[in-house]
Amino acid sequence: MMKFLSGDEAVAQGAYEAGLQFAASYPGTPATEVLEYLAKFADVDAQWSVNEKVAFEVALASAIAGKRSLYSSKHVGLNVAMDPLMTSAYTGVNAGFIVVVADDPGIHSSQNEQDTRIFSRAAKIPMLEPANPLECYQYAPIAFKISEDFDTPVMIRLTTRVAHTKENISTAGTRNIAQRDFKIDAAKYVMVPGNAYRKHLALEAKLLRLKEYSNRTLLNSIELNRRSIGFIASGVSYLYVKEMYPEASVLKLGMPFPFPDKKAKEFASGVKRLFVVEELEPFIEEELVRLGIRKAKAKDPSFRIGELRPEFMPRIVAGKKKIEAEPTSRKPVLCPGCPHRAVFIALKSLKATVAGDIGCYTLGALPPLGALHSCLCMGTGVTFFDGFSRALGNNVVGVIGDSTFVHSGITGLVNAAYNRTKGVIIILDNSTTAMTGSQPHPATGMTAKGTQTKKLILEDLCKACGADHVDVIDPFRISELKALIKQRLNEASLSIIIARSPCRLIERSRSEAPHFDASKCKKCYQCLAVNCPAIFKTQDGLIGINAQTCTGCDVCVSACSFGALIKPKSRSPDQKPENRPQDL
Amino acid sequence: MKRTVPKVLKRTVPKVLTTNVLFCGTGGQGVLSAAEVLSWAAIYDGYHVKKSEVHGMAQRGGSVESHVRFGARVYSPLIPEGTADYLVSFLKDESLRMRPMLRSRGVDLTTDLEKAHGTIEEKKFLNSYLLGVLSRHVPISEASWFLAIDTVFAKKNPQGNKDAFLRGRGEMK
Repeated sequence: MMKFLSGDEAVAQGAYEAGLQFAASYPGTPATEVLEYLAKFADVDAQWSVNEKVAFEVALASAIAGKRSLYSSKHVGLNVAMDPLMTSAYTGVNAGFIVVVADDPGIHSSQNEQDTRIFSRAAKIPMLEPANPLECYQYAPIAFKISEDFDTPVMIRLTTRVAHTKENISTAGTRNIAQRDFKIDAAKYVMVPGNAYRKHLALEAKLLRLKEYSNRTLLNSIELNRRSIGFIASGVSYLYVKEMYPEASVLKLGMPFPFPDKKAKEFASGVKRLFVVEELEPFIEEELVRLGIRKAKAKDPSFRIGELRPEFMPRIVAGKKKIEAEPTSRKPVLCPGCPHRAVFIALKSLKATVAGDIGCYTLGALPPLGALHSCLCMGTGVTFFDGFSRALGNNVVGVIGDSTFVHSGITGLVNAAYNRTKGVIIILDNSTTAMTGSQPHPATGMTAKGTQTKKLILEDLCKACGADHVDVIDPFRISELKALIKQRLNEASLSIIIARSPCRLIERSRSEAPHFDASKCKKCYQCLAVNCPAIFKTQDGLIGINAQTCTGCDVCVSACSFGALIKPKSRSPDQKPENRPQDL
Repeated sequence: MKRTVPKVLKRTVPKVLTTNVLFCGTGGQGVLSAAEVLSWAAIYDGYHVKKSEVHGMAQRGGSVESHVRFGARVYSPLIPEGTADYLVSFLKDESLRMRPMLRSRGVDLTTDLEKAHGTIEEKKFLNSYLLGVLSRHVPISEASWFLAIDTVFAKKNPQGNKDAFLRGRGEMK
């Protein structure tokens, strides 16, 4: 059947056809669509897990118990799962286990750019690297086979330009399930020192066998054309080479770890000039240095930053530096009617130091809002709040999204309560995982399969973690929110404020836009400082509102001190739109 | 709504070569679904197609671009700079930024954007109108375009999109 699949979807389709029975993940661009695609199959048990560590462990256990299983995440998600990852090479699997990780060179939607190939070497787990969606589809069943033949997890590394490229693929549509029996085997599955030492011995022997496989397999293939110029490349870089140098010889690495030493030496001796083309870290480059292949020319180190593009190839071959282009693209901005905006307006007026976290609300850091002052990784809305407030004293606030809080905020809150930290943490509860496209999480009461489940009550959870106060408020009541934050900051206690209002991408009902009274406008433009895409300055310096995109949230109305923006008569001053939840 | 006599279509790119179409605009304008329709139309016409774009944070009102390449066999998912055959822009500022992507004799369809805004009452059909304009240039059959619109807009008024497409194509007044 002809399908038009992204790399994410293709790896999922390939895994499904190869008899995948269980999959677990936490949303993260550009890997989200792997699990979203798998969740649609009635005969796959697919879950959004609480975080990547949990996802990895549940999926690995399912494989050990005999069902072909899959974990997927973005590169920084794998960091959260490093603990189980590093020892999973020791225990091995039973039924096949695939670890799909999507890197984000160029940092389109991440907090850093790291190269997961390094992690495969560090964790001693073989890695496959497809270059396009077709290969994603083809490599998934191969990965399961390697996993079972060698009793090891197998990593499949994607990058943004593989994960989010779509290609037409003719799929088989068949499905073969071969379940394995689970046997109690303490020496294999109980990693205490004696067992772990013996497993490490076995692992090193296994890696030598995997290196032989890597030399043998057609995943690593030599394409001999003109011998005057040769390239070694993996992933999407291979396609850029083929695009720009179609007549060159290429060693394409579909399995970069363990590195195919023999094949690399053979290829290097067969070409006159040799170039390495790879995104991010000098992974292949270092392997060639280890092998003493001196003729291989690597990219200038400036190309380790950002993603490659086909037009960069001639500069890489010439050994020149990368030309850093000034970013000219439009910056993203919180949507019209976004409840996060109201919280940032309140925080800005309080001049609070704000520890932020990862989600749409990180956009609160951008001017003119500028009301979020740190963002490192998942959970730091709570832990940076903790560290900041211990060092700075009062007027420190932490902000963290609902999904992020469940992912990594809970332990930080327990820590803050245990160590008697004082201050305010605001949970920006828009009742979804918004940034990655509105996935459910435990506090939504829905599963990845779209079924209802037990709903995690954040209020009860926070109290159980040791918060002194838990308040729930509609963030659009900005003056009340401001007063509440101020009051709680003045108390010597640890407070949670749940600012609850649904994401505009899931709750699309809207109210009439405010009216503008030009006679009252003093052109102070405080209304524009709320940074809403629906309000703008007109050519004559007055204010215009886009009635099609405005949701009637009235945040701009509250910003105007002169009454130039007026709530429409369709709602009385105190009337709340019906869709907003009541304060508890 | 009457259809005029079909015009002879300009085929600026031979069928065996790769055709590169760059779409640009901002989140929520229909840029990505336009790229999806072109991709499906090319698939129905028997091409190998690659489409590349970025999801996530960029979609919150930020710049959106989608690269669509089709031909006998497509390698790079990204259009190499200076080789785009067509630039389909939903926003004038963005097309200025994207100009260097266009080859020297490439066609910038931004000129049709104003006309599109004047012709199309409902913003949601703007992308189909622009696809109609593009369809005058690229070697894809009308039947495949219609199939593609049915595929992508199955639940979103395919007939309205086809009408807008035909207006852009210049076959319907």
